[in-house]
Amino acid sequence: MGYERQADFGTPEVVSDQTVTLTIDGRAVAVPAGTTVMRAAAVSGGSIPKLCASDNLQQFGSCRLCLVEIDGMRGTPASCTTPVAEGMAVHTQTARLQKLRKGVMELYISDHPLDCLTCSANNDCELQDQAAAVGLRDVRYGYQGENHLDQPVDTSNPYFDFDPSKCIACSRCVRACDEVQGTFALTIDGRGFASKVSAGLASDNFLGSECVSCGACVQACPTATLQEKAVKEIGKPERAVVTTCAYCGVGCTFRAEMRGEQLVRMVPWKDGKANRGHSCVKGRFAWGYAQHQDRILSPMIRTSIDQPWQEVSWEVALAHTASELKRIAAQYGRLALGGITSSRCTNEETFLVQKLVRAGFGNNNVDTCARVCHSPTGYGLKTTFGTSAGTQDFDSVEDSDVILVIGANPTDGHPVFASRMKRRLRQGAKLIVIDPRRTDLVRSPHVEADYHLPLRPGTNVAVLTAMAHVIVTERLADEAFIRERCDWDEYAHWADFVSDQRHSPEFLEPVTGVPAADVRAAARLYATGGNGAIYYGLGVTEHSQGSSTVMAIANLSMVTGNIGRRGVGVNPLRGQNNVQGACDMGSFPHELSGYRHVSDAAARALFEGEWGVAIDPEPGLRIPNMLDAATDGTFKALYIQGEDILQSDPDTHHVAAGLAAMECVIVHDLFLNETANYAHVFLPGSTFLEKNGTFTNAERRIQPVRKVMEPLNGYEDWQVTQELARAMGLEWTYTHPSEIMDEIARLTPTFAGVSFARLDAEGSLQWPVTADAPDGSPIMHIDGFVRGKGKFVVTDYVPTDERTGPRFPLLLTTGRILSHYNVGAQTRRTANVAWHPEDLLEIHPTDAENRGLKSGDWVRLASRSGETTLRATVTDRVAPGVVYTTFHHPATQANVVTTDFSDWATNCPEYKVTAVQITPSNGPSEWQEDYAAQATQSRRIAPAEAAE
Amino acid sequence: MSSHTPKTTGDKLVYMANQIALNLALDDNPVAATADHIAHFWDPRMKAMIFADDRSRLSPIARDAIAVLARGHEPTSQTRATDPQAHGTDAG
Ligand code: SF4
Ligand code: SF4
Ligand code: SF4
Ligand code: FES
Repeated sequence: MGYERQADFGTPEVVSDQTVTLTIDGRAVAVPAGTTVMRAAAVSGGSIPKLCASDNLQQFGSCRLCLVEIDGMRGTPASCTTPVAEGMAVHTQTARLQKLRKGVMELYISDHPLDCLTCSANNDCELQDQAAAVGLRDVRYGYQGENHLDQPVDTSNPYFDFDPSKCIACSRCVRACDEVQGTFALTIDGRGFASKVSAGLASDNFLGSECVSCGACVQACPTATLQEKAVKEIGKPERAVVTTCAYCGVGCTFRAEMRGEQLVRMVPWKDGKANRGHSCVKGRFAWGYAQHQDRILSPMIRTSIDQPWQEVSWEVALAHTASELKRIAAQYGRLALGGITSSRCTNEETFLVQKLVRAGFGNNNVDTCARVCHSPTGYGLKTTFGTSAGTQDFDSVEDSDVILVIGANPTDGHPVFASRMKRRLRQGAKLIVIDPRRTDLVRSPHVEADYHLPLRPGTNVAVLTAMAHVIVTERLADEAFIRERCDWDEYAHWADFVSDQRHSPEFLEPVTGVPAADVRAAARLYATGGNGAIYYGLGVTEHSQGSSTVMAIANLSMVTGNIGRRGVGVNPLRGQNNVQGACDMGSFPHELSGYRHVSDAAARALFEGEWGVAIDPEPGLRIPNMLDAATDGTFKALYIQGEDILQSDPDTHHVAAGLAAMECVIVHDLFLNETANYAHVFLPGSTFLEKNGTFTNAERRIQPVRKVMEPLNGYEDWQVTQELARAMGLEWTYTHPSEIMDEIARLTPTFAGVSFARLDAEGSLQWPVTADAPDGSPIMHIDGFVRGKGKFVVTDYVPTDERTGPRFPLLLTTGRILSHYNVGAQTRRTANVAWHPEDLLEIHPTDAENRGLKSGDWVRLASRSGETTLRATVTDRVAPGVVYTTFHHPATQANVVTTDFSDWATNCPEYKVTAVQITPSNGPSEWQEDYAAQATQSRRIAPAEAAE
Repeated sequence: MSSHTPKTTGDKLVYMANQIALNLALDDNPVAATADHIAHFWDPRMKAMIFADDRSRLSPIARDAIAVLARGHEPTSQTRATDPQAHGTDAG
């Protein structure tokens, strides 16, 4: 694709079942009723000059450049604010209009520097284009009058500059920040000529303001006023390739805009169905890690982890790895090997890793990082609804009347979806937030939760069962829905259970800490407020009762009939970009792709036929079980693609001991991550910019990932896995990831209709894509649960065994921050550290005062598992008795303190509840210093000669 | 480290089995449900370990479930999470 700006039709699309026909410059045009004249002209191939209008913003009508003449109408109305009418005759190019437009343009240009030739936006500037479009050749007012040309440039944001001298006060940026992003960071100060854009208070610069660096204003700006620094540094892009963000489960699609082999900028793709043209700071700007000097580009091996790494050729590395794996299999048996797939890699890469384990290693010891995040979603939704996935697409939120967010912090974790949710809330939808912390969603500009239930960490099931109690005992259940769609006897049994007095909000208040009246009010609102949608995240799953909580959520949606149409449903917000895909692809040790249990002989036969090997009918080890087996001496070799289990998994000491007990740990990654400190083989990985494949987002949407540059390490990740398989004797001959997808489609009923050709044609597809649903399934369970009846499951509240006591009186819960991603390996290697240079411990003022702490103090955070130190920030976002931190930085290693308690059904670790004590500290702990020293030691790379 | 944090794999397996049994205690048939869950989610060496372990630390439900499995009995699936039929052309 060459370089063209994305089409802009001036005003938003209107959906209407009525069509209006009019003529524009003599052309007959038919558009939906309510469309503006400007959009009607644009969609029919014409164009009307404009400056203040843009099709992702509401009409504004300030610049007066878009004037038109309409037969029978007086004056020259603005086409961006004039709706079409039947039989209307519009003229967009007349001598009178030309004169008026020229006059308008002249005024703008007279206050604009005329350095077009040297401006970084030259040839990519709407002001310049429009000046040409109206035929402006010279300016009568001269430039000596009053102007804004000497205003200083604000360079504080690491990714874009604000040069007020070029601002034409069209307010597109302000409206983008308000309407698209929902942050309300910008204002137009002053009036008339004095008006100028500002980020918050007069003294504020962008970095110090409320701005979250989503880039919406930069994209909206028609001039070079708000512009990416990279465009200034590298130059204007020459081509653009559409691809998918590799950070979070929203799955925003972007145009990777390139100049030669260099990525200039990532611009959200307006046709992207997950993001609809919006982005967050991570996907939009934080891709610099792809070129970071820390990337390892040559394979490396070593015989023991206390030695320095030796760089070797790919041939040597792969032959060595294969021979080690074979040796270990011969010596300890085939069950001593295993693999971990990555939720950051593509579906095709993930599929190959699990295939290598099942077909090559001959066992089912494959797991994925979803173990530590959304495995309870798979279990819980499969048990209740029959499918291991969320029920809606993101667009569905536009029809929600009540939004219940539990254990999720979408403004930080899923920012682009949060912007869409906030837009719906500004339109009047009601909001219930169930979270121990006062997240941003609870109160932010123009959004306020109707109910915030600040429960004690670990009591989700109790709160949800109390809500069910209210719904059933106050007769708010949707009996007609239940009779039609669910098993009535199971419902009756469940209703009996939740109706018991011991599940009432009043009885449970001492346990949950939530006022009973609020629980009752929230339950009534969810049951009776119209379309009710539940969104949840890791605050639901990462508990001893993660699976029970997911089932309790499903129960609530069924009892209120909130399933099977737009605006309702149960929506897990997935953490990493391809968590859904990794789970779909058979990354769990008990399941083949499409969630078929390995004990299912018919499913196995399908794979055995395709792969020509026997599949073990017994489930394999999950990640924590692998580590246990390693310390027991029965598990010896692990191939880890794109994961950093040492930093991301709980109880770091135990993970380290497990890894240290293995004989061959293979890390396939971009960087020498923390896990690589215990590795014997390092295989360099490639970034999402360097490979072809697909990711599947939280709405089951399969989207293409397209290679925009050659892999710096020489190979896409699927090629490396293929070469390793071949070195082990498997005869794999894929020449392109599309062939892997074809195999997935042959073996996985829900993917039957998926191929790269169809994805290229459609942009994306939401599984199931089957003969019955050839274009995919945006909303599930429409006419009935896909597999029989919905199942109500009794979810008893079983408190976690992790309890506070005199030694550990506080509860620690952990989470995410907007600017960083997971273990931070990527985002820490970008300018995003400007917003979050270190992990901080949030502590309530009362708890801080009792300990003599103030913000900025170093504190020691200790649990039964271990201790670390970090700095405190005192805030009433957390309740008394609760502390909170993130785990983006290896120096903190918050997982040193998390325990090995886990979800009863899936072993998903209990990250969200750890009993801790906080005490003042002088600085990093001895353990942190030892760890840093060990990490440095372990990352040594021997000089090249020594490798020969 | 705490007294209650499980240490050995054997301890952990006992803890897990008891936890599963506790969470399935209100099922129609808790012993069958617990046996089914363990059969379908534990790898063979975990099962072998708990079969061989001293069962006195197991709760009554867990103990009965382990006894059922140790006899080589194949439990029928009790939930859709373990039901081989619970898949098809529709979803995963
Ligand atoms: S980058 Fe986003 S948050 Fe910041 S001012 Fe622009 S639109 Fe608002
Ligand atoms: S900064 Fe750009 S978008 Fe904002 S008012 Fe100025 S010219 Fe318009
Ligand atoms: S990190 Fe998530 S929200 Fe941000 S751009 Fe990427 S996919 Fe979108
Ligand atoms: S584009 Fe219509 S008034 Fe500015």
